[in-house]
Amino acid sequence: MESKNREALVDPLFNENPITLQVLGICSALAVTTRMDTSLVMSIAVICVLTLSNVAISLLRNSIPTNIRIIVQLTIIASLVIVTDQILKAYLWDISKQLSVFVGLIITNCIIMGRAEAFAMANPPGLSLLDGIGNGLGYALILMITAFLREFFGSGSLFGKQVMPLVSDGGWYNPNGMMLYSPAAFFIIGFLIWGLRVWKPDQMEED
Amino acid sequence: MLEHYLSLAVKSIFVENMALAFFLGMCSFLAVSRKVETAIGLGSAVIFVLGITVPMNNLIYTYLLKEGALAWVSPDLARYDLSFLGFLTYIGTIAAMVQIVEMVMDRYMPKLYSALGVFLPLIAVNCAILGASLWMVERDYTLGESTVFGIASGIGWALAIVALAAIRERLRYHDIPAALRGLGITFIITGLMAIGFMAFGGIQL
Repeated sequence: MESKNREALVDPLFNENPITLQVLGICSALAVTTRMDTSLVMSIAVICVLTLSNVAISLLRNSIPTNIRIIVQLTIIASLVIVTDQILKAYLWDISKQLSVFVGLIITNCIIMGRAEAFAMANPPGLSLLDGIGNGLGYALILMITAFLREFFGSGSLFGKQVMPLVSDGGWYNPNGMMLYSPAAFFIIGFLIWGLRVWKPDQMEED
Repeated sequence: MLEHYLSLAVKSIFVENMALAFFLGMCSFLAVSRKVETAIGLGSAVIFVLGITVPMNNLIYTYLLKEGALAWVSPDLARYDLSFLGFLTYIGTIAAMVQIVEMVMDRYMPKLYSALGVFLPLIAVNCAILGASLWMVERDYTLGESTVFGIASGIGWALAIVALAAIRERLRYHDIPAALRGLGITFIITGLMAIGFMAFGGIQL
């Protein structure tokens, strides 16, 4: 039992990462990663929603009729996201403005639906809780690496703090504006996948 | 007036392409782009559903949820602001619309229905659909504008997925490093396509 718990928590970090292997939850991973603080808030929001929805759906798994399970799952997830959105609006107004529609899009973030469908519907609440935290962390890991690279090279700062002084402010670093555009996110994640699969060859696919 | 709609359509298809500029609907974009045929099926289903749900959610937002929107029922209700219920309502509308579209198609257009197959129900959880409704609210579109916006952004998304599928079909004959095959190279190609689409930036009619 002990090892099963650890598997549910640790496996999603590298072995079964939701973004690089399961292809889940990519939309938001790409769009919010121009700055580290927005990505951090987004990661925390996703971890909370994912964990709570996994637990809730796992508790209800025996009483949800199969025909309408998608609607039931969507309702649970949407309610959790509304709460998250209201909390963000109340305490972190600036960041919530920057995230704009992407907080709402947590509802259709495939990680949450995907884990509900694939794991929470078939496992007890305790294990689903760990699975939720694990997958949330796996998502956060990729998000934070991408955001670090994009913000560091794109504007020479980390968490909004200037690390490398810009040429325009009399410093020496000439920022790579390309990093702030959308294609850079695709390239970074593409290369991350490449690196991960060189490290763990069993994840390679035949295409 | 027509000019305004035309410019909005061009903007939503090319400049602000749902898939390549805002990364919406990426999951199915990457997962269902192995073959051109299925990509066309999914693309047309997305155009169809977006064209219906965005104006539909616009009506719901203007007449039920917006601050003061309930004034048409009775003046006492004008002070209510139900916009926090938005997410739940939009996703409900989308799920219900997808279900209705599915049943109507099954009854009257069985050929198209079987062509779309499993993609139709999957659309309910495609973030491009919900994303379009949320953009519509954020940008305060009118009913006419949101109809144009819905259909045009659907066309943009379909265009992107069909193009990607065509490229991926050719990839089979290329010598790609083993670890990069599949998902990795798809990401990089999508990035290159996004650069291509950035060339449309700033176009105005």
